[in-house]
Amino acid sequence: MMNSSYLRNIKETCVTVLDGMAITFSHLMRRPVTIQYPDRIPVRVQDTLPFRYRGILEVDLEICTGCLACERACPIDCIVIEAEKDKQTREMILRRFDIDMAKCMYCGLCSEPCPTGAIHHTPEFEGADFSLESLVRHHVKAPVPAYKVKKAGETDPAVLPLLDRGMRYIEEFAAPEAKAPAAKEGATKEGTAKEGAAG
Amino acid sequence: MQAFLDRLIAQGYFAGVPRDLVYVGGMVVFALIVVLGFVLNVAGITTWLERRVWARMQGRCGPNRVGPQGFLQWLADGVKLFMKEDLIPAQADSRLFRLAPYIAVVGFLSAFVVIPFSSGLIVADLNVGIVYLTAVTSFVVVGILMAGWASNNKWSLIGGVRSAAQIVSYEIPTGLSIMPIVLLTGTLSMQGIIGQQGWAPQNWFVFNNPFTFAAFFIFFTSALAEGNRTPFDLPEAESELVAGFVTEYSGVRYLMFFLAEWGNLYIIGAVVTTLFLGGWQIPPITDGPVLRPLLEFLTFFLKSYFWVLVAMWVRATLPRVRVDQLMAVCWKYLVPLSFANLLGTAVWVVLWPQGNVVVQYLMALLGLAIVWYFFHRVAFHLRRARVRERGQFQLNPLS
Repeated sequence: MMNSSYLRNIKETCVTVLDGMAITFSHLMRRPVTIQYPDRIPVRVQDTLPFRYRGILEVDLEICTGCLACERACPIDCIVIEAEKDKQTREMILRRFDIDMAKCMYCGLCSEPCPTGAIHHTPEFEGADFSLESLVRHHVKAPVPAYKVKKAGETDPAVLPLLDRGMRYIEEFAAPEAKAPAAKEGATKEGTAKEGAAG
Repeated sequence: MQAFLDRLIAQGYFAGVPRDLVYVGGMVVFALIVVLGFVLNVAGITTWLERRVWARMQGRCGPNRVGPQGFLQWLADGVKLFMKEDLIPAQADSRLFRLAPYIAVVGFLSAFVVIPFSSGLIVADLNVGIVYLTAVTSFVVVGILMAGWASNNKWSLIGGVRSAAQIVSYEIPTGLSIMPIVLLTGTLSMQGIIGQQGWAPQNWFVFNNPFTFAAFFIFFTSALAEGNRTPFDLPEAESELVAGFVTEYSGVRYLMFFLAEWGNLYIIGAVVTTLFLGGWQIPPITDGPVLRPLLEFLTFFLKSYFWVLVAMWVRATLPRVRVDQLMAVCWKYLVPLSFANLLGTAVWVVLWPQGNVVVQYLMALLGLAIVWYFFHRVAFHLRRARVRERGQFQLNPLS
């Protein structure tokens, strides 16, 4: 038993235990890597998300044209809009714009066809609540007239920043889809030409 | 404490009461104060501190929500355990099942009777102090065996039997490592052992001669093994045996075993301080009747609590040993080494009955060198971590 490995074992035990304890002690001197979300974080998580992050939907009613494109595009019918044309003033009045966030699957199909980018995704993701009914977001509090796109460009300073953000959102988010109809037209033209040549 | 009671009797209190009854009553009251005011709180605070220290060593935070810095976490855990259902398995031996935690707690609480908190603050300065301590902490084995058997559960049984084997085996290096100190002092009483040491490090018994230096490490290791602490915590290993011998226990009964383990840590620290590190000795700077005992108590508490922290630190560092490795370490390494220490100290005492001052200073320097080398390694690891961090791509925008 008293062979060379006996003393070497003892020496190695002592040295490795001491080194191990030095490592753990050095960790004691460092800041922990834990991120104590949600209250002790250096910067809001929402501010670190990319621009195209598909969070909870938001509607800017000031630039909503009432075209109902989003309601038609939604694959699970979670958007319910009531808009009717007022006979006297000849403009659309929005009475109801409900989005059921419990049903919404955050696919973004509603924000693509929006002409002004009124309906868009926000970086908000903290939407947990205690009741299912509170997840239906009612965006219209009182009937408002819809927006009419001005050909000469928007001048109202209250609406301009919203329109700018909306159009930027569409360009960044929906731009590839906007190019697709042109590509599809070219393809169908080619297809008919080929059929004509073949047939 | 006897002197304190004598003074009270001389001043006229307890008139008409037989002297022995006063002593016994005083002892009981003092023991209750120690247990309720000191032991329970220290054990509870140790659980909080262990979780925080352990977490920091693993790079995480530990409980920091319940109260400032999570300080009330142990109270919350205690209240939670009190409110749990008291479950006794149907096929379990219910009398033994109920008795086991109390025996374990009695075993560990009785050890506080001989812990010398300061020159006057000791419940009973038995003249067989240290042997009494070793004997009484063996009660815990009975409690653990009963818990393992009475639970009517394979894992508990294995856990209990393993624990009994472990504690009984490690009693031997523990006892043998105490013997060099007894050889140096010629007394078994705790206050006597402290009285023979001085306040300066070179006068502590750990630096007295190289054999007591080795005995110190052997004693600490075997005491950790006796307290079922990692790396020797196979009986209660969470990942090995569900929860070992406490699998079937819930609520207050579980709290008792918990308390016994964490309180035992403090006993280990206290005994190590008493035997090897000069106990409550302070430099002769003051003679005030209140200040001196207070400083002595603080010295003793800080020294023993430091070893509690070291035990937590070891728990965060080392992996668990297998049960056969556990036995091998005890019987093949610790026991022969402790015999060698005993013989070496005996020879030393014959050669230098008054101690060898040169060797004491040399051993103190050796201790200092080890501490310096340790911090050297810590700085090395911190530097290496900093270099790694600089080269690392930060994937997480929040950090």
